[in-house]
Amino acid sequence: MAEHILPFEKPLFELEASVEKANSDEERSKLLEQLAQERAEVFGNISPWERVQLARHPQRPRMLDFTGRIFEDFIELHGDRSLGDDPAMVCGIARFQGRTVFIAGQQKGVDTDEKVLRNWGMPHPEGYRKALRIFRLAERFQLPIITFVDTPAAHPGIEAEEHGQGLAIAQNLLVCSQLKTPILSVVLSEGGSGGALAIAVGDRIAMFEYAVYMICPPERCAEILWRDAEQKSVAASALRVTAPDLMELGVIDTILTEPNGGAHRDPDTAAASVSTEIAAFLKECDAGTWTLDKRQARFQAMGQWVDTVS
Amino acid sequence: MAFFKRNRFLASGPKTSIPDGVWMKCPGCKETVYKNEVEDNLSCCPDCEHHMRISSKRRIEIFTDFNSFQETHTHISAADPLNFTVGKETYAERIERAKQQSGLNEALITGTAKLRGAKICLGIMDSTFIMASMSSALGEKFCLLARDAIKSQTPLVIFAASGGARMQEGILALMQMAKTADAVRQLNESKIPYIVILTDPTTGGVFASFASLGDFIIAEPNAYIGFAGARLIEGALKVKLPDGFQSSEYQFDNGFIDQIVKRSDLRDYVGRLVRYVHPNPPTEAEIKASEFVPKPEPIAQVPDETAPTPTEP
Ligand SMILES: [Zn+2]
Repeated sequence: MAEHILPFEKPLFELEASVEKANSDEERSKLLEQLAQERAEVFGNISPWERVQLARHPQRPRMLDFTGRIFEDFIELHGDRSLGDDPAMVCGIARFQGRTVFIAGQQKGVDTDEKVLRNWGMPHPEGYRKALRIFRLAERFQLPIITFVDTPAAHPGIEAEEHGQGLAIAQNLLVCSQLKTPILSVVLSEGGSGGALAIAVGDRIAMFEYAVYMICPPERCAEILWRDAEQKSVAASALRVTAPDLMELGVIDTILTEPNGGAHRDPDTAAASVSTEIAAFLKECDAGTWTLDKRQARFQAMGQWVDTVS
Repeated sequence: MAFFKRNRFLASGPKTSIPDGVWMKCPGCKETVYKNEVEDNLSCCPDCEHHMRISSKRRIEIFTDFNSFQETHTHISAADPLNFTVGKETYAERIERAKQQSGLNEALITGTAKLRGAKICLGIMDSTFIMASMSSALGEKFCLLARDAIKSQTPLVIFAASGGARMQEGILALMQMAKTADAVRQLNESKIPYIVILTDPTTGGVFASFASLGDFIIAEPNAYIGFAGARLIEGALKVKLPDGFQSSEYQFDNGFIDQIVKRSDLRDYVGRLVRYVHPNPPTEAEIKASEFVPKPEPIAQVPDETAPTPTEP
């Protein structure tokens, strides 16, 4: 695939090219220093909208790029046992450092054919129901669940409505609020609306440094509130979609550091940070500190409102 | 029939001579109908029975036993957690404007009431408050109401309506879906009956959380009910949507609704449902006493077939 370069990435790529072409060690180290400086500049001042662009970067590693690197074996399980199998939601059983975990997540697709097959990572109700089936299996076998969030939103479509999209999402939320097994959710890139939340009611929510997690795509918010989709970058800032924002709002627990330039520049390093997170989560579970009450209390406490009595 | 009814008014003079606000066009049959007559008919079209939106205040009047509703949790209202501003208006100002316009504190009114003698906890969503979008305050009120229902061992009845999420609260509005679903979990674990009545419109995050999780799901006729908005779907798919897409009737046909019940029958229908599953059902005497309705104060009379056209001052 041709390299896709975002506007704000351009100076970095140019500098990298000149490092490659450097004639002397001295010039090389000077350019490297310049590159590090430029990178710190670009990523230090990265805007929310630029983060959205990074999260949607065509070369950003997808769920299966991560699972392939993180798990020793992955057995995919298909079908919701009711209507069909949704390729946008990938579920299965996998081995992680010698133990078994259940996994579920959205796969956006890499090339055009896969994107079409996977509906750009927008699940249908069948996908949520497949995930729910996997969640219940995990509970029965008392095995932890790892979910990977990477979806622009739930699928806006006729069949999705006819097959009960609203109910499917609601049921996942309900069941996850009572599921007696640990759940770790990792927001890989784009966490959009109910489609994301349907697999993100976890005990611990981790999120990549440049991932975004939001009520709806900024374009849509801009269209509704500003009546102009072009206000998307204003909307992205206002919506507080970035990992540091969500940390501050108490929605996520941890930010996973990305390699220099973002996960797409070095998927191996990105995957390693997910592995570290999973290992830490499982260690905590083993320590016996996991309780369902904490997950319930966490979501009960979500939000901010005015209470004029207390 | 609609034709004659309309002409009955037209016969006495051209509509243009009547002040604004006396007539309205029915969104169902597109006929011009007399507003007072619609209001007297529980805001349903006298010609085609099209159910129009009604305020939470009116809903309480027509649904609950006389004077039985007691509002709760009025101390909870929306904050502006993200310091959200659109143009010149902050979200805090937007909330104030909504409060002024609607006379409500939030889009969900909570309280206790009696329904045909049975004690219930009642929540009514009112779309005049920022399209009854889901805010943190709304989620909190729903959860408090659910806990009241558990504590008092009374069924929870919710009239759902929502245009979606309160976008000005960003991710925190999204989180209310999980929060309210967890409140339903608490109801379920306490075996408290939970009845949802879907009204026009119930969409987005509310539809994809507590509104879809009722033990019983009832809908008013011709309500717009769905997760993704029709315009969004149309835009994404570039197709024309089937007739009646995302209507109550359509959702009923797809198996998501127990029964579509006319507004005029809701009190009786839900009343029976509540009584049959109530942890402490009302006695026969209580049921009988619940039918007390005071003599209505004289209001402007709707003309009968022969009466002349009413004129408003
Ligand atoms: Zn009509």
